[in-house]
Amino acid sequence: MSDHAQGAHSLHHLHQFESAEQQYESATLGMWAFIVQEILFFGGLFCAYTVYRNTYIEAFTAGSHHLDIFWGTLNTVVLIASSLTMAMAVRSAQTNSGPGRIIGWLIATIILGCTFLGVKAIEYTGKWHHHLIPNSTFQWNDPAFPTVTLGPAKIFYSFYFVMTGMHALHMIIGVGIMLWMIAKVRRNEISAQYFTPIEISGLYWHFVDIVWIFLFPLLYLIGRHH
Amino acid sequence: MSDAVKANGEPKNYLNDTYGIKSWLLTLDHKRIGIMYLITLTAFFLVGGVFAAFIRLELMTPKGDLFEAETYNKMFTMHGVVMIFFFLIPSIPAVLGNFLIPLQIGARDVAFPKLNLASYYLYALGGMFAIAAILMGGIDTGWTFYTPYSSSYSNSFVSLALVGVFINGFSSILTGVNFMVTIHKMRAPGLTWFRLPLFIWGHYATSLIQVLGTPVVAITLLLVVFERVFNIGIFDPTYGGDPVLFQHMFWFYSHPAVYIMILPGFAVISDVIACFSRKRIFGYSFVAFSSLAIAVLGFLVWGHHMFVSGQSTYASMVFSFITFFVAVPSAVKIFNWSFTLHKGSIKLDSPMLYVMGFIGLFTIGGLTGLFLSTLGTDVHLHDTYFVVAHFHYVMVGGMVMAFLCGLHFWWPKMTGRMYPEGPAKLGVMFVFAGFNLTFLPQFILGYMGMPRRYHAYPEEWQALNIMSTAGATVLGLGFGLTIAYFIWSLFKGEKAPANPFQAKGLEWDIPSPPIAHNFEAIPIVTWEAYPYGPEEAASQSTETATEPAKEDEVV
Repeated sequence: MSDHAQGAHSLHHLHQFESAEQQYESATLGMWAFIVQEILFFGGLFCAYTVYRNTYIEAFTAGSHHLDIFWGTLNTVVLIASSLTMAMAVRSAQTNSGPGRIIGWLIATIILGCTFLGVKAIEYTGKWHHHLIPNSTFQWNDPAFPTVTLGPAKIFYSFYFVMTGMHALHMIIGVGIMLWMIAKVRRNEISAQYFTPIEISGLYWHFVDIVWIFLFPLLYLIGRHH
Repeated sequence: MSDAVKANGEPKNYLNDTYGIKSWLLTLDHKRIGIMYLITLTAFFLVGGVFAAFIRLELMTPKGDLFEAETYNKMFTMHGVVMIFFFLIPSIPAVLGNFLIPLQIGARDVAFPKLNLASYYLYALGGMFAIAAILMGGIDTGWTFYTPYSSSYSNSFVSLALVGVFINGFSSILTGVNFMVTIHKMRAPGLTWFRLPLFIWGHYATSLIQVLGTPVVAITLLLVVFERVFNIGIFDPTYGGDPVLFQHMFWFYSHPAVYIMILPGFAVISDVIACFSRKRIFGYSFVAFSSLAIAVLGFLVWGHHMFVSGQSTYASMVFSFITFFVAVPSAVKIFNWSFTLHKGSIKLDSPMLYVMGFIGLFTIGGLTGLFLSTLGTDVHLHDTYFVVAHFHYVMVGGMVMAFLCGLHFWWPKMTGRMYPEGPAKLGVMFVFAGFNLTFLPQFILGYMGMPRRYHAYPEEWQALNIMSTAGATVLGLGFGLTIAYFIWSLFKGEKAPANPFQAKGLEWDIPSPPIAHNFEAIPIVTWEAYPYGPEEAASQSTETATEPAKEDEVV
């Protein structure tokens, strides 16, 4: 397919584009449009969450008290740090700082991402031991909240697992993308003239971080003043 | 490269550029991907058609004698699921949109060809899941998958079908993203937004809905799958979940999805009616913006599906009110098309006959929609055959007619062959007559109170039901005839010239079929869309803005 692209252009833009600039703008707009659909995807969950939060205030507060605020806070810090390392990776690509530095920042991002996922695994295991997995084994008994019944508590945990699970899935995909970016850098496909892939991967990574910034207070912090 | 002439003297084009099954299955050419969609879609259309035939057969007699009630439930569910998710939603965008958007905007391909191919395979994979669900024993929830029946009680293969629809949704989303970026960033020099053919505007509006609506239904259906598979509690009333919330989230997409299914139809009609009236479209910018208005309003009316679901009366009033507003941009289109005909030199070739059919049938479909958006009458008509007739008038009388219209119009461009005009005219007549005979009686049946989704009915309704079944037979013959002569034309059809209908638009300035990279050189556009009048044709290379700009303000 690339037989159409000619001469010096062929390195940086694909046959369907007339210029590298057009290719860059298209890729960026494409990623933004994709992020819009992601917002709507999570938006469906946030909307349903809001409806039930409003119906079962007590149950959501009670459920929230069984989430581990230490791990949640740690993960928030880890993710914000990963956004910084991601931004540094993009920055080093733009400023031609050499493949070593770009790869370094990307690896840092991957490590932070995997740390997040590891912590999430620890939390999920804890919920398993406390029978808080919202399937048929779900059990609920909290003397501190005598009015909260099993049903609404299960709804809270359904949201907790679906929302954080979907978010974790996006993180796993993000880590995959970072590995792909490392391969691209190693093949010398990224330079100060052409850093589009790494920049739009960054957009995706930041988006996934921002989702967590909303999930954390909605799941962990509600009703903490009790 | 593209000038190369083959040994047998046939010029190179996208069809003979490369050969072999791999050159098709791994193609990144938007035109070939469009053809692949066309073949797959037709298969799904036939599958959905078989279920429709079974429904009509059962309803020939008042007693439920052909199928058990449970089997009948599966028939209408699978008819709906296949036709809506795997035929109507992709139909015009995936086939004609894929083929024509880059050609009409003077681009060599869509912005993301690999993503385009990935969309096709997601569609095919989603389709496999649906077919698997059908073969393993079917689905019986109705195409709307209402909870808690779908999540807690149905023993059919709901999860499999839902996963299929979920995957197919991402095909739709990615196609939308691709088209949006293509239309924004890939237009030829000089091709400003208001010089674009209305086909492009219609697809732009469609893409917006695909990107904004589909993800919501995707997560909603995924929640139902989780509820079935892992037994989580989101919509399950035994845990305090709210089944009506499912309906809200489902219709937040699925009502706009109705516009995914009709806006591309509008897009086709606008192009074809201008060509066969030899006139610039009347009120270009009104037609263009009415598509966007429908896309936006479409997101604000989902509650009209839920007037009897127990939503608040005040919500119902607001939804009813906004629903009436959708009629305004729809009517703007109908009136502008009618005025385009006014004093045009109309040629009634078969694509134009489809346009005429479309305008009439869509108008009936649209006006009967107003009966349903009225709170009081909806309580009477809800879940009756009136609703069935209404949306078939829009979906079949509208979208399928428009799809066939576009297929005929661009068939020479896509295949390099002319379809035979005689059988084509006969086909239109069969489709039009058969369609009306099928669905007009259903309006009456619905008004008399015949509920949808039942396999038996009182005897006094048999005459009308037999009419409907007879009509469906004629309609099926019409579709069969059309498919037959399309296939015939591939082998025996007359070779098509570059522009058989003397139509205007960049796609008609290149050979039929086009070369693999569409244009030898990217065109520079200096004229408005649809320069059909004599003076406009003469000044095609100069700016002609004064007269049509005035026309726009009249409406």
